[in-house]
This record gives sequence, structure tokens and C-alpha cells, in this order.
Amino acid sequence: MWCIRWSLNSVTKSFALFLAGAAIVSSQCLAQDRPLDFTGFVQGHTAVRAVSPDCSPGTECEVLAGELRAEIKVDKTSSSGRFGFAGRADMIRDLTFGATVGQVRELYGDITFKKASIRIGRQIVTWGVGDLLFINDTFPKNFNAFFTGEPVEYLKDGSDAIKINIYPGNWSIEMIAAHFGCDTTPEARRFVLPSFPANESIEFQHPDGYGSDIELSARLSRTIGRWETAAYASRTHYHSPDFLPDKNSVVAVYPRLNAYGFSLTGPLAKGVLNLESGYYDSAQNRNGKNPFLENSQVRILIGHNRQIWKDGNFGVQFYGERIQNYDNYQTGLPAGFPLRPRFRQVVTTRFTQQLRNQTLTFSVFSFWGLSEHDRYLIPSVRYAFTDALWGEFGANIFAGDRRGIFGFLDDNKNTYLTIRYNF
Amino acid sequence: MITRASHLVFIFITVVVAAAQLSADLPAEEIIQRSLNTNYYGGKDQRVHISMKLINSQGNIRDREMTMLRLNQSDGEQRYYIYFQAPADVKGTTFMVWKHVGKEADRWIYIPAIKLTRRIAADDKRSSFVGSDFAYEDVSGRQVADETHRLMRREEVNGRPAYVIESRPKVSLDYARRLSWIDGERWIPLKEEYYDSRDQLIRVFTADKAEQVSGHWTIMARTMKNMQTGHRTEVIFDEPAYDVGLTSDIFSERYLRDAPRKWIH
Repeated sequence: MWCIRWSLNSVTKSFALFLAGAAIVSSQCLAQDRPLDFTGFVQGHTAVRAVSPDCSPGTECEVLAGELRAEIKVDKTSSSGRFGFAGRADMIRDLTFGATVGQVRELYGDITFKKASIRIGRQIVTWGVGDLLFINDTFPKNFNAFFTGEPVEYLKDGSDAIKINIYPGNWSIEMIAAHFGCDTTPEARRFVLPSFPANESIEFQHPDGYGSDIELSARLSRTIGRWETAAYASRTHYHSPDFLPDKNSVVAVYPRLNAYGFSLTGPLAKGVLNLESGYYDSAQNRNGKNPFLENSQVRILIGHNRQIWKDGNFGVQFYGERIQNYDNYQTGLPAGFPLRPRFRQVVTTRFTQQLRNQTLTFSVFSFWGLSEHDRYLIPSVRYAFTDALWGEFGANIFAGDRRGIFGFLDDNKNTYLTIRYNF
Repeated sequence: MITRASHLVFIFITVVVAAAQLSADLPAEEIIQRSLNTNYYGGKDQRVHISMKLINSQGNIRDREMTMLRLNQSDGEQRYYIYFQAPADVKGTTFMVWKHVGKEADRWIYIPAIKLTRRIAADDKRSSFVGSDFAYEDVSGRQVADETHRLMRREEVNGRPAYVIESRPKVSLDYARRLSWIDGERWIPLKEEYYDSRDQLIRVFTADKAEQVSGHWTIMARTMKNMQTGHRTEVIFDEPAYDVGLTSDIFSERYLRDAPRKWIH
């Protein structure tokens, strides 16, 4: 693992947090007459490299991912609706590396009031209006899963958090205090990452080593007419690491980040318009003179999607990321290090067509790096054999300039297959 | 000769009387409006559990189970909320519609596995509802002004008196005309036939069972069959209830994410 997600201390804290919540709600829920809802699935997933690069000894060259997974979901709500709890736990047999691991995806308790609600425990939070592009959603993501074609729900990891929602009048306020959990970035044992230091020589510094590991986020939203508006603020850290060269190794840090932004979504031209923007204040590098830490940035996305014919949809997005104090960054960057563009621009498209009473789905999602001259295509076909059984075959095709984010992964083009049986 | 002449006179009189009855009938638009009002606007609100069977030409069945909440607003606007109980992989998915008069509805979906709320772009008239043979607008209703209507005749359907109305959509759709048999007393559609531009029969709707619930005639069992693929969808309404006291705050992002447990069991 690149990132040690949970230190023992943080696990203890998170567990204590959940126990506190669970103790409150479970005594209320379990006494109620409603049955415990119990569902789940078993799933096989594999992603096979479609190219033959030079793999370093520590990198699995053929099979990026091969796993069997079983998930159990439970939830229960008291008959009054006041108390509830839910959990999802996965047991994963990693066939590529011969390991078996358990993972609690979500486990939380709910207390609901007329104008407020509280959720305590491990929970997934998704914010913003982008399609596979995130600005104000600063919660942890799993790119390892995404780039190997796992079902999209695995792009999001849970946060150990207390979430409070308040609903005064037409407004909606969401406040979250979470234990910092970093993104799962592509693992070197699965991905060929050229000119990247071996995992063993990286020293990861979790934020609790150099500051608070509690991230605070708030979202204020309101529907005005047919338009939904939201404002966001987060006091957190970058969730993907920056790498600082050290004497004998590389230090991976998660710099402090304050993010502020807004989003807007509503009907336009027989479709849906999405607009989102955010200011990333890099508190540890405000003047931008440290080229190894993120500079502050302005991020923006605008997207539109609409139905083009029966069961066929097309969406397009423009995403821009403008580096502040770019001249300082440029001046400070040592020779030999690749220069990032001042204004990174990406266009995405999504085409989806459903056939045979929506049991057969063709989809192509594409990222086009305008400023970095790279691209990433995700074609897929999914068929639901029955209500319980579906399979998906697809590909992750990275291409273009290797200095770009997608081009960098060029040696990791893969095809994937997922089969899931729900019960 | 006399007998033959009297027969002719009788036929003439019958035709004149029938024509007089037809001319005294309600305008086609009024009949369609009454049918829409009965079928989609009954009461101030409605709560119903819906079982849907999607059956392909080989007889393979897929099941959809959902609870639907509907609230009438002013000026014909409506709010719909649908919570999916089955199949297992979509359990907990919710769907919300704000239906407007004269413009496209606003729709949202919530996907619990990723805690994602998304406004979706869907054309009411061209989208299949969850893969069934019903379009979105078959679920939430269309507008009288979407089509031109003509009263064709009156005839009985399974012993019920019905008006037969021909409706043609004003914009190009998968059907070029629709024939509706509307119950002349209960104002529910008993049968509908959809024809394409080559006048081939493409879909047939039948109301298989109707009951009066709290004074509102309600189709309890219905079928839509695709005549070209042989696929059909059977829908059962379970315990429909009217005027249960739904409030507009239920039809919001809050409850899209956290189903209102008072109404969704």
C-alpha cells in the first residue's frame, strides 16, 4: 500500500466513535418489531494488462486485479423512524497476491429529528455535481479500484465521521467532522509507474504526525425554482500525497487544504446543466514557492447531459484547474522535473445506450487532456442475465503524452470482467 | 316490401339516434382530461405499493417492487417519490419527479451504494420506466395538449361502456396514434392501442382489474405488451391509499437520501 490509511490510534478512535453511536441507536432499533434487512452479493473481478511493458520486479505484470469478494449489507430502522443503523462489510480474497482481507465499507448509526439528523460512524459522503470529476468533494477516493474497472461504487471510500444535517426552512445544512482518510492511489505492485521511486523508499507521513487529522466540511444548499444551489467549505488536507525529496528517500505528505466552492444544477436545453467551482487554498504553500507542494488553485467544471433518443444519453464536461502563483512555481522547479501547465484542461464525454428493456448497457466514458495531450477511455458493456446476476466487460485505455496524468498510466491499459450475484 | 321498408326506417332512425347521442357526447379532450384526472390525480395524495413483472417473450420474469408516493400541487403540478425494494441490487434506490405542466419534468435519482444524488436528463415520452414496457409518462401521466384527440365511437369493453378516442401526438414519438377505450362512467382507460407511423400495432395497454378505493376508481392490475418483441409488463397496485397526509417537504433532497420511514416500510 502506498498509503497507510489507518494508524492504530485512528482505528481505536474510529471504533470508539462508532461504538458510541451504535450503543445509542441499537438499543432503540433492536427492540422494534421491524425485521433486520439483510442483503449482499458475491462478485468475481479481474483486470488483465492489455500491453507488455517492462515491469519492475515488484510489479505484477499480467493481472492487475483478480479477486473474489463477498459483501453483506444490513440495515434496520425503528418503527418510529427515529433510530436506524446500517452496515456493509466485504470479505475479499485477492487472487493476485494471495491475501484475504476484510473491509468495513460502511457502519453507522442514525438519529433523526423533525428538522435535523445525525449520522455517526463510517460512512461514504459524495458531494458536487461533476460526473467522475470532483472539486468540492474532498472525501477519500480509491483510484486503485477505479483504474482496474471495479464497479464505480468502489471509487468512494468511507470516512469515519460525525455528520449533522439541519433543515431550517428551505435550506439544508450538512456539517461533517471526519477522521482524515487519504485516497488510495495506484499501487506500484499493480501499476507500472515509470520513474517513480520504489514503494519501500517512500516515507508516508499521515497528517496526524504534523497537524490535526480531523477534517471539517460543511455544505449549505437550497433549491431555488428548478435550480439547486450549494456552497461548500472544507478544512482538510490534500487526499493524494505530494512527494518531497529527502536525503535517502522520498517523503510523502498530505499538505493542508482549505477548499471553498459552489455548485449549480438545473434544466437547460432539454437536458441538465451542471456547474461547479472551487478555490483550493494550499495553506502550506500560499506563495507557491515550494514546487513539491501543491500551489493554490481555482478549479471549475461545466457540464451538460441530455437524452438523445430512447434509452440513449450523452453528456459532456469541461474541467479546468488553474495554478495560482504559477511564476513562483515555475521559478522554483528544479531542472529535470516536468512542468505542469498553468491551466490544466480536460474534456469528458459519456455516452450510454440501454437495450433489451435496459438489461444490456453500452457505455463509453472518455477523458481528453487538452493541455496535457493525453486521454483515458472506458468502454464497457453490461448485461443483466437475471435480476440477481449481472456481468460487465470493459477496458481502461490510457494513452497520450506520458507527462499527463492519464498518459503516465499508459503501461496499464487493461481489460476487465466483473460478474456479480446479488442475494 | 313493407317489412323491408320498416327495417330500413328502423336502421335510419337508429343511425340518427346514435349520431344524436354521439353529438351529445362530451368533446374528446374532455373525456381524455377526465381519464387523466381519474388515473393520475385521484385525491390530494396517494401512497401505493407497486409490484411489476417484466416478462420477455421466452417467459423469463424480472421483478420490480417499489413504493410510490404522489402529491398534487396547484395548477396540475405534481410530486412523485419512488422507493425501490427489489431487486436486491437496486434496493434503497430512490427516484423523485417534480412534474410540471407544459414543460419537462425534473427528475432525481439517489444511488445508495455511493451516496450519490443526481439530477437526471430523461425525456418523459421516450424513456422506458426501469426497463418496463411503460414510458415515464405512462407512470406520471401526460397532458391533454400533448396530443390531438378525436372521438371515434362508443362501444363496450368487457361489459363496460366506453368511448373510443383516437389521439395523435403533436411531436414525433415512437407511436403515431393511440386508440383509447375510456370507461364512460368510471373514467379510467380500459384499453389502449399504440400504432407506429406505418400503422402497425406496437403496444397494447389493458386495465385488468379496477376497484373503487376511498371513492376513487383505481386500476389495480394492468398490463402493457410490446406487440413487436412479445415483451410485456404486468403491474399490480397493492393497498393504494388516498389522502394519507403527505406533505411537500417529503419530495426533497433530504428524503431522497433518507427515505421517509413513516411512509416507506
